[in-house]
Amino acid sequence: MSSLAHPALATPRRHWRLPPAATLALVPALAVLVAFWLLPLARLIALGSERRDGGATAYWQVLSSAQYLSSLAQTCALAVAVTAAALLVGAVVGCFLARQRFFGRSTLVALLTFPLAFPGVVVGFLVILLGGRQGLSASLGMSLFGQRWVFAYSLIGLFVGYLYFSIPRVILTVMAACETLDSSLEEAARSLGASHWRVVVDVIVPGLAPALVSCGAICFATAMGAFGTAFTLGTQLNVTPVAIYNTFTNYANFAMAAALSVVLGAMTWAVLLLARRLIRQTGATL
Amino acid sequence: MTGTPIRLEGCRKTFANGTVALHSLDLDIRPGETLAILGPSGCGKTTTLRLIAGLERPDSGRVLFGEQDVTALPIERRDVGMVFQNYALFPNLDVAGNIAYGLKIRGVAKARRQARCAELLELVGLKDLGRRSIHELSGGQRQRVALARALAPQPRVLLLDEPLAALDAQLRERLRSELDQLLRHLGITAVFVTHDQGEAMALGHRILVMEQGSMAQLASPQAIYQQPASAFVAGFVGNLNAFPVLERSPCGLKVMGGELPWSTGEFPDILYCRPEHLRVATGNGHLHGRLVAQFFQGAHSRLLVDIGAQQPVLVDCAEASLCQVGDAIALSASPRHLFQLPSFGEVRP
Amino acid sequence: MKRTPLFYGQLLFVLLVCAFMLVPVLMSLLAGLTRNYFQGVMASGMTLDWLNQVWTAYADTIWLSLRLAFACALCVTVIGVPAAYALVRMNNRFSRAFEELMVLPVAMPGLASALALLLTYGQLGGFRSSWLFILVGHVIFTLPFLVRPVMAVMQRQHLPILEEAAASLGAGPLRRFFSVVVPNSRAGILAGVLMVVTLSLGEFNLTWMLHTPMTKTLPVGLADSYASARLEVASAYTVIFLLLIVPLLIALQAVSNHLSRGDRR
Repeated sequence: MSSLAHPALATPRRHWRLPPAATLALVPALAVLVAFWLLPLARLIALGSERRDGGATAYWQVLSSAQYLSSLAQTCALAVAVTAAALLVGAVVGCFLARQRFFGRSTLVALLTFPLAFPGVVVGFLVILLGGRQGLSASLGMSLFGQRWVFAYSLIGLFVGYLYFSIPRVILTVMAACETLDSSLEEAARSLGASHWRVVVDVIVPGLAPALVSCGAICFATAMGAFGTAFTLGTQLNVTPVAIYNTFTNYANFAMAAALSVVLGAMTWAVLLLARRLIRQTGATL
Repeated sequence: MTGTPIRLEGCRKTFANGTVALHSLDLDIRPGETLAILGPSGCGKTTTLRLIAGLERPDSGRVLFGEQDVTALPIERRDVGMVFQNYALFPNLDVAGNIAYGLKIRGVAKARRQARCAELLELVGLKDLGRRSIHELSGGQRQRVALARALAPQPRVLLLDEPLAALDAQLRERLRSELDQLLRHLGITAVFVTHDQGEAMALGHRILVMEQGSMAQLASPQAIYQQPASAFVAGFVGNLNAFPVLERSPCGLKVMGGELPWSTGEFPDILYCRPEHLRVATGNGHLHGRLVAQFFQGAHSRLLVDIGAQQPVLVDCAEASLCQVGDAIALSASPRHLFQLPSFGEVRP
Repeated sequence: MKRTPLFYGQLLFVLLVCAFMLVPVLMSLLAGLTRNYFQGVMASGMTLDWLNQVWTAYADTIWLSLRLAFACALCVTVIGVPAAYALVRMNNRFSRAFEELMVLPVAMPGLASALALLLTYGQLGGFRSSWLFILVGHVIFTLPFLVRPVMAVMQRQHLPILEEAAASLGAGPLRRFFSVVVPNSRAGILAGVLMVVTLSLGEFNLTWMLHTPMTKTLPVGLADSYASARLEVASAYTVIFLLLIVPLLIALQAVSNHLSRGDRR
């Protein structure tokens, strides 16, 4: 048979060498990534570690400056708060939508998830509409208490904005994860006497845990690196992406901006790695 | 554990898409009895089990445990033990954690939980495996953990959904006898669902055969096998040969391929006989035909004999027959092994 | 089915969240069509003037964004589909390392990637001031969003087996790729392309750092208008953006539903 004569198919399955064409297919993508991302990033990292004016490297300056450290801490705290809130809200909503069937359900799902694709700037604008000087809460506060409630230009406004595009992501992930839950586990717990809440805590949450962890990591990463929303809400907000932008644009301090962004990136990447390690450890529970 | 009697009165169930799962079902299960519910898929056996468990509510009718009407109670308050088809062990708990789960819910103290857990591990033959993760267990071990977990809180009733279906043939045989011993030792009322008639007959004190949402027959395994109530039951439990009767003859009834001995005055439409009750005759026999196929199956051989009827006759003999395929062959039957059936239905050979 | 109070409580919560998502968008819609937002709709009436104003002032940003999105989709498809194929076939340590590399630009802050690009290629005057510079950033950022769905579809279709069948019939690698691999991954490619276009249209973090006054995209224009223009103009501009994005999202939803239905078969 001609297939037996084919060189690629003649060798046993385990050592089947793939036709060279397949590896070649990877070359364009690899080239683009290396040329336009890997090498530039390496240069960026290197820039931050140059010694300037015989003094400390930019990294050292970043890590020893109270101002930059505090902005990093604040960014981190904000990201953690957003992640926690988004996970909580999104999990409740996602579980409900995945497990219940009622009239108008698919419309609700669509409405809740389309903000996912909004860019940060638009979300910032929406926050201004909600909580700016002419916003909804301002008018509400005015009519109820005679005092405008303006939250858009503070960290609260940023929090609300980040929540706006994080919740849909969690909802989608949780809904997908709920599909894979095994209902016989819940029935088994109930057969042993577990009430509804115990089933949630003992069976559903552990079942959703890997999805929640990975989604939480992504929410955290997005909140750490988000720039558009903060930019729209005002550049006085002390979060690191804004600090990077200010350093670069207003002070033309390329090295400092480079160092800051590398530190920010490293922190984000570390969290993602940690999350993946966590999931793989408990991977047996999947 | 003393047994609790279970009773279903007029239970009906129709699903949301319109299929009727159960026409009115009345069932009395005796205390300490092991009842096997047997039938093809879609007959309503799993629905019946879930009704008893409390995972479904009947559209009408009642479910009683002893004197107590439990129809309105959901499963978590019915105090039943349930073993699921794929065991449904909690992946985030180890073996001991799984077994002790029901006890934890009931607020049993830690020391007592651990003692009971050890007791059960010993009972199901998994001593010292308490700390294992459930992913490291084999299929047979998981089944035992599922059983131990269901039994730990000392439920009133034990329910099993195709308990041995997920295991391979040899393991199934072994666990079948272990399960049998365990149930007899505990004296608990048990209900299990199966599509395997061998399992139903081996483990059940009585068998409930179901057909399309109704009870076909409820009796002991022997009665079901030897006095099936209908052609459906007869065909589902064991194999069956059907001989349509052509006319009367001096010593019996004339059928295709020969004459079968029949002494009573009745004139049935069809005579039935089980394959293991037909014998290959050395000389003259009641039926004559040609050997079409022969299957050696270890403990017995199955012969297919063409007597000129639509379907070949099935014969089970203890030794391999000396005939070759294509030979002429004679079969004989004893009158006490021939029987008739009340309803006229299709019989599967 | 009996509805418990818990059900209604959860439903209420879900509706509140939905309102949180929806109300500002509706407000923006309204503001873009109101003559004077401060006075309100009732007092000043509705008008299309603002939309007109936005179109005359910012039309070039819209065209540039569309051009970028289309070019991005093209580039990403041309380098991404073969890459997905290679990753699915190789399935070894190297391919996993590549996947990690591919995802990094998405995981890391966009600012970092933008700064890195500026540092390395900022000197090349012609390149720096053309829209191609922004294109590069978009391609790097959106690549994994095409490769992932295409990989998923390829794996599901048991592509290696199909390829073996084609090879046994005499087809060479290139022929197999175009006659077997690509046609069977259509759904994944479509989903990926829709995602890429949507992301490219909305990309800001990278683009803001890479743009010049000559190469302003729609999000960049939006940021400008939020900072300097009237609320009504900014709202109208946002409305136009939403009009572009929402049909894409609907199409994306439909395609992924179609894909997941195929999964359950």
